[in-house]
Amino acid sequence: MTDLTSMTIAEAKAGLANKSFTSLELTDAHLAAIEAARSLNAFVLETPDQARAMARAVDARIAKGEGGPLAGIPLGIKDLFATKDVRTTACSKILGNFVPPYESTVTSQLWRDGAVMLGKLNNDEFAMGSSNETSCFGPVVNPWRREGSNTTLVPGGSSGGSASAVAALLCMGATATDTGGSIRQPAAFTATVGVKPTYGRCSRWGIVAFASSLDQAGPIARTTRDAAILMRSMAGHDPKDTTSVDRDVPDYEAAIGKSVKGLKIGIPKEYRLDGMPVEIEKLWTEGAAWLKAAGAELVEVSLPHTKYALPAYYIVAPAEASSNLARYDGVRYGLRVPGRSIGELYESTRAEGFGDEVRRRVMIGTYVLSAGYYDAYYLRAQKVRTLIKKDFEDCFAKGVSAILTPATPSAAFGVGEKGGADPVEMYLNDIFTVTVNMAGLPGIAVPAGKDAQGLPLGLQLIGRPFDEETLFSLGEVLEQAAGRFTPPKWW
Amino acid sequence: MNVSVKPGKLIKGQTGDWEVVIGMEIHAQVTSKSKLFSGASTEFGGEPNSHVSLVDAAMPGMLPVINEECVRQAVLTGLGLNAQINLRSVFDRKNYFYPDSPQGYQISQYKSPIVGEGEVVVELDGGKTATVGIERLHLEQDAGKLLHDQSPTMSYVDLNRCGVALMEIVSKPDIRDAEQAKAYVTKLRSILRYLGTCDGDMEKGSLRADVNVSVRKPGGPLGTRCEIKNMNSINFIGQAIEYEARRQIEIIEDGGAIDQETRLFDPNKGETRSMRSKEEAHDYRYFPDPDLLPLEFTQSYVDELRSKLPELPDQKKARFIESLGLSPYDAGVLVAERESAVFFETVLAGLADKARDSKLAANWVINELFGRLNKEGQEITGSPVSAAQLAAIVGLIGEGTISGKIAKDLFEIVWTEGGDPRELVDARGMKQVTDLSAIEKVVDDIIAANPDKVAQAKAKPQLAGWFVGQVMKQSGGKANPQAVNDLLKAKLGI
Repeated sequence: MTDLTSMTIAEAKAGLANKSFTSLELTDAHLAAIEAARSLNAFVLETPDQARAMARAVDARIAKGEGGPLAGIPLGIKDLFATKDVRTTACSKILGNFVPPYESTVTSQLWRDGAVMLGKLNNDEFAMGSSNETSCFGPVVNPWRREGSNTTLVPGGSSGGSASAVAALLCMGATATDTGGSIRQPAAFTATVGVKPTYGRCSRWGIVAFASSLDQAGPIARTTRDAAILMRSMAGHDPKDTTSVDRDVPDYEAAIGKSVKGLKIGIPKEYRLDGMPVEIEKLWTEGAAWLKAAGAELVEVSLPHTKYALPAYYIVAPAEASSNLARYDGVRYGLRVPGRSIGELYESTRAEGFGDEVRRRVMIGTYVLSAGYYDAYYLRAQKVRTLIKKDFEDCFAKGVSAILTPATPSAAFGVGEKGGADPVEMYLNDIFTVTVNMAGLPGIAVPAGKDAQGLPLGLQLIGRPFDEETLFSLGEVLEQAAGRFTPPKWW
Repeated sequence: MNVSVKPGKLIKGQTGDWEVVIGMEIHAQVTSKSKLFSGASTEFGGEPNSHVSLVDAAMPGMLPVINEECVRQAVLTGLGLNAQINLRSVFDRKNYFYPDSPQGYQISQYKSPIVGEGEVVVELDGGKTATVGIERLHLEQDAGKLLHDQSPTMSYVDLNRCGVALMEIVSKPDIRDAEQAKAYVTKLRSILRYLGTCDGDMEKGSLRADVNVSVRKPGGPLGTRCEIKNMNSINFIGQAIEYEARRQIEIIEDGGAIDQETRLFDPNKGETRSMRSKEEAHDYRYFPDPDLLPLEFTQSYVDELRSKLPELPDQKKARFIESLGLSPYDAGVLVAERESAVFFETVLAGLADKARDSKLAANWVINELFGRLNKEGQEITGSPVSAAQLAAIVGLIGEGTISGKIAKDLFEIVWTEGGDPRELVDARGMKQVTDLSAIEKVVDDIIAANPDKVAQAKAKPQLAGWFVGQVMKQSGGKANPQAVNDLLKAKLGI
């Protein structure tokens, strides 16, 4: 039954509909795959009993012809999403064995549409990281390896568990979140498709917050079509999240295969970095050529404030995080390290509960918001943010429908290889992706090729606000041209 | 300096007179069924932690959603303070660690409050008024409550209040003495209660004040201020200011300097003591709350609320003076508390002849009813004499059925026994005698029995009063005093 795990969601939907197999069979196949792939450390909690119960229930619904758009499709859930009665930790020790009595809006919409939960996926602690090495459950292993090498590679982060599990055929799709590239970068490192929707497209309610003005949930899947199918269920207005937008959710899948003829695609000159690997450069040119061949018009565009995006991001995101993470204080839930005074309890709990990277960002954030520094850092970063947003607006105002860039400045790297001495080395991973979060725009990462060592590389498409459909149409063109990439099974 | 600021009572020190400069931050709990950013109940006195939503407890992934009712109440309050209403305002996070604040920050408004500058006219002794400027009003979350007396080794926290909406109303430093300060809080409380935007219950903590006090030589530069936190009694506010001003004057006159600090008032000792110094002050790291969009509404929303504003104490007072002919003092007493004004207006509504009896009604409400309520320590809302009963009593006086003196007896009966005043007058024979022949008989008898007094009165007409007294006494107070006067004058030939 190995075939059951290698199907796309679209194929599985068809198979379930014509009764080729049941959701329970599909679920069992994936549970077995998860069990066999524990060395990847993609799942931090497997929920087989719940998965089978959900699958049986949805099989009954399918039998009555009542399945939803995701009826019977087994998914993995990033551990940042609160799942009712199922441990949710954001992969931080400080949440300990926290079991929420509530379900996030995004996941509840997936269950409403018939999806089945296989378990909770590993991620960087509080989604802070670009390699999934900051998780309190340990790093996730990328199913991809360099040709002829056994070196363990990272899957990217923070949604490393989601990307690894989808690439390794452990689940048909996964939820993920993206604050500065946390969906798109791991997707690029694992040859999966990752979508960061427009800010406000998906509800943030019930998702452990990292940086509220940047966080956005989105799917990771194996094809552009599968990502579109998942997006439709995940998106939507939620009165419980004031920043979610009240707009109809389109049928994203309908955008797959739609002609891109005549669309103007921008190539931003500022994304051509010094010292960028030739392979990335080549991939980018090739991607542009594929879009051109499909009838799109390529134009060079300028996003002049791009170089300020990363430093500004590393002020805004930690500032918000320092405040968002203040609630983890050992008083009401999660880890508590007792102390003789409340101050001591706070200090011991937070010192014990937070990992290095989280502590670093809490300290940076506290610093940039402090009296005397606020104007120089936070306020200035917000001004930069406005300028970055304007760069994109100017570009779109000239008739550009989407912007094509590399997704990452390199392919996946080895565990422990980066950021050990200088955290900025790790932060540079987000160089092509943070601008999108700063501007609140939608972005998609699509696998587009391999480097000389056989590791996947991805391209990114950036769209106009709430125009995810165009990204799906363009992503499909790249996918058709590049083909699909599956890692050889070694685990 | 604000030109409308009223000079206050100066304090005499060893080096001469000192002026006190006071500004206040009033925290008023918004009248609303649910909290500022969650659906949890705001009911007072529930079991600890029984009114706590997931948002209030700051569970992971929870998000605040603004309660529109609280916004409406804040706008109404701003209109009641004649203040600028800001169509766009921003919620900020005020970051600090304490177990009464589960989020680790309070959602407040820092740079862009919902209400800007306004003013309040306050009543001082002797019918004088002073104008106190309002700097701003903003919405913010209340904190929870720590319980330190439940365990020898631990403190407990009750989050029922946590997230309840407060309006922080910040005055300009326009207040110049304790009397003005007390009058300001009294007036603000009255306005809030008229508007129905805060119940003003200081004992339950619905209204608390932080008082900033500094001293200076009259007209001199401002001194360093100290903030006295969390005052929940108007009298304590007065005491604290008096104490604090004298403390500061003594320090300065002894050659010392005032440390900017936060102080607490100890009502038992009647003194303020240091709570934390400026150096220990928190850095709250305010920044706009990214979970909330800026709060925006239209001018027509504000206009709609303005059209629904109830009559406020100042307007009501002006109307009482103008249309009822009441003295400013009486009108001020009647409007000071919303309930008193409601009572008085219900009495007015019960009067058959308003033109004739309104002033009389005001006198009766102020002197007889308020006097009696005060003496018995009762509230107007629990008055044993209803507005309808009092209107009936006033009507009986006005139409001449009973005299003012009898009316007091009648009031006493209604107070203790209840009943319809008109029926009581009939049943107990309390009607004023206006039958001239009956009164004449009494007058004649008294004149006949007191020839010496007649002689005296004829010589000195002022002494006729003795006869009036005698007639009233014999008639059991029921004789119409005017009729008695007229008859006596005729019979005595004066």
